[in-house]
Amino acid sequence: MNWITNYVRPRINSIFSRRETPENLWKKCDECGTMLFHRELSENLNVCTSCGHHMNITPRDRFNALFDGGVFVEVSVPEPQADPLSFRDQKKYPDRMKAAQRATGEKEAMLVATGEIGRTPIVAAAQDFSFMGGSMGMYVGNAIIAAAEEAVKLRRPLIIFSAAGGARMQEGILSLMQMPRTTVAVQMLKEAKLPYIVVLTHPTTGGVTASYAMLGDVHISEPNALICFAGPRVIEQTIREKLPEGFQRAEYLLDHGMLDRVTPRPQMRDELISITRMLLGLPPAIKGELPPPSDEPAQIEAPDSDGATPEK
Amino acid sequence: MTQYLDFEKPLAEIEGKAEELRALARSNEEMDVADEAAALDQKAHTILEDLYKDLTAWRKCQVARHPDRPHCRDYIETLFEEYTPLAGDRNFADDHAVMGGLSRFRGTPVVVIGHEKGSDTTSRIERNFGMARPEGYRKAIRLMRLADQFGLPVVTLVDTPGAYPGKGAEERGQSEAIARSTQACLQLGVPLISVIIGEGGSGGAVAFATANRVAMLEHSVYSVISPEGCASILWKDAEKMREAAQALRLTAQDLYQLGVADQVISEPLGGAHRDQTGTIEAVGQAISDMLEELSGKSAEDLVKQRREKFLSMGKRGLAA
Ligand SMILES: [Zn+2]
Repeated sequence: MNWITNYVRPRINSIFSRRETPENLWKKCDECGTMLFHRELSENLNVCTSCGHHMNITPRDRFNALFDGGVFVEVSVPEPQADPLSFRDQKKYPDRMKAAQRATGEKEAMLVATGEIGRTPIVAAAQDFSFMGGSMGMYVGNAIIAAAEEAVKLRRPLIIFSAAGGARMQEGILSLMQMPRTTVAVQMLKEAKLPYIVVLTHPTTGGVTASYAMLGDVHISEPNALICFAGPRVIEQTIREKLPEGFQRAEYLLDHGMLDRVTPRPQMRDELISITRMLLGLPPAIKGELPPPSDEPAQIEAPDSDGATPEK
Repeated sequence: MTQYLDFEKPLAEIEGKAEELRALARSNEEMDVADEAAALDQKAHTILEDLYKDLTAWRKCQVARHPDRPHCRDYIETLFEEYTPLAGDRNFADDHAVMGGLSRFRGTPVVVIGHEKGSDTTSRIERNFGMARPEGYRKAIRLMRLADQFGLPVVTLVDTPGAYPGKGAEERGQSEAIARSTQACLQLGVPLISVIIGEGGSGGAVAFATANRVAMLEHSVYSVISPEGCASILWKDAEKMREAAQALRLTAQDLYQLGVADQVISEPLGGAHRDQTGTIEAVGQAISDMLEELSGKSAEDLVKQRREKFLSMGKRGLAA
């Protein structure tokens, strides 16, 4: 931040707080209330430039920033049977799915991809909190298994970005069964002696925390992320007392020995490169922006700005 | 005294009348109530058959939580000889919500582990209503590893509303403990069999039930979330637990169809709480059969079978 932005921001704030926010241009930080210019915010990976608050980021945006030159190849995930219980609450499950698909433009709550970070080939999977709260159902389970199988096949480390409000209740017991299923996936990586790094993002709760998210070789979290098994509201109802400030937040878990590190999102990529390369016994990477990987380095092309995935 | 569930009210009335009649006859020797009482018994029997013929999912939850239902401790006392409890997680504490130790099942040494809910106010509090803390899962992990080291089969008895949602439990890594326990189940080179005897509450149950064989008692339930919890989230009304129970498909019968339960163990008429002895016997037979089925399998095969069973789960659905 330079002196101009420091000087100018309060003024802009005062202008915009009095009228409606043009949605595509400005976003208000839910933590400090600062009006943030959309492009500036997305360049900072949805981290408030004023207070450092980490907002939700979609798997696709995350991968665009994570992989060298924003280039990654999606790993296809075996399609599970749709609506196995014919579940209906106030809405039918297939209707909720369709609404989530329309709202996010994604098929389901997890994206799996291969690519390189700092010229280090990896497999990554990211959970999409904006898709039905990132809830873990059969698709997410299949995605994690596919990611682990791909990592074992290609002999690459796996990095998972977790984010979930809990289990996909609409899949009943079959969503619960993703706990052992994803634990099998972790076993595959351990047996292949491949690094498995978990980046826990806000929020990571319930069965997700109690399975693959707590079984990493290294656990890193984004600042202030809520990470828990039972949510604070459930606990307060059970013990009938108010929980301390910061309870179940990343820094609290770090203090209680559940995490290795808490790292802000803008520094995450460099840290992941550094850790994976050390675990793999590789020399240090050249840090910073790298051109996209290519077989013929002379013909490097700029990646699509919208991060369209080239199929190989 | 029999504790009746709300839907058992018609039964309570008839059985109450029969009891009153017999009490009257005991104080008045001239009265002959045998025929009348027998007729009432017959009627009660019919009502019982009717009520239990086709229990709704919510009623199953109620039966699964019945206070008189045999608990882990009852099974261990009746079915397992030389039970030698082994305590503690070697780290923080001994969790009384989880029983576990060395024992003999029909002569064969095994490790038995289970959730214990308690049977009266004192023991319920001591057992934390069967809701384990991280120490409980860590004790289980320790016992599973012990079994693995000495080649003993592991039998788990699942009966928990869920892992305890408490401050200390979270601080000490409830999630990590559950995840590690599930992982320990998957790594076992000895047979692991599991019986859901009452409530299979979410992750707290999975941590013990990631087994080669999972049997469920006829009126037990196994679910990702309690019907009350599901109702309050999806219906925004905890009172909609009947609807939620129905939608979650949490009964032993549904889980058998989905391939999550390998076997359903029949309960005596009127549920396990009406005939503890008969229920415990039936569970004993099921455990014996499952151990028999798995005996002689190599460690490698057991790990592989367990893994593949869970990986292939979800291929079977339910008819609407
Ligand atoms: Zn802010």
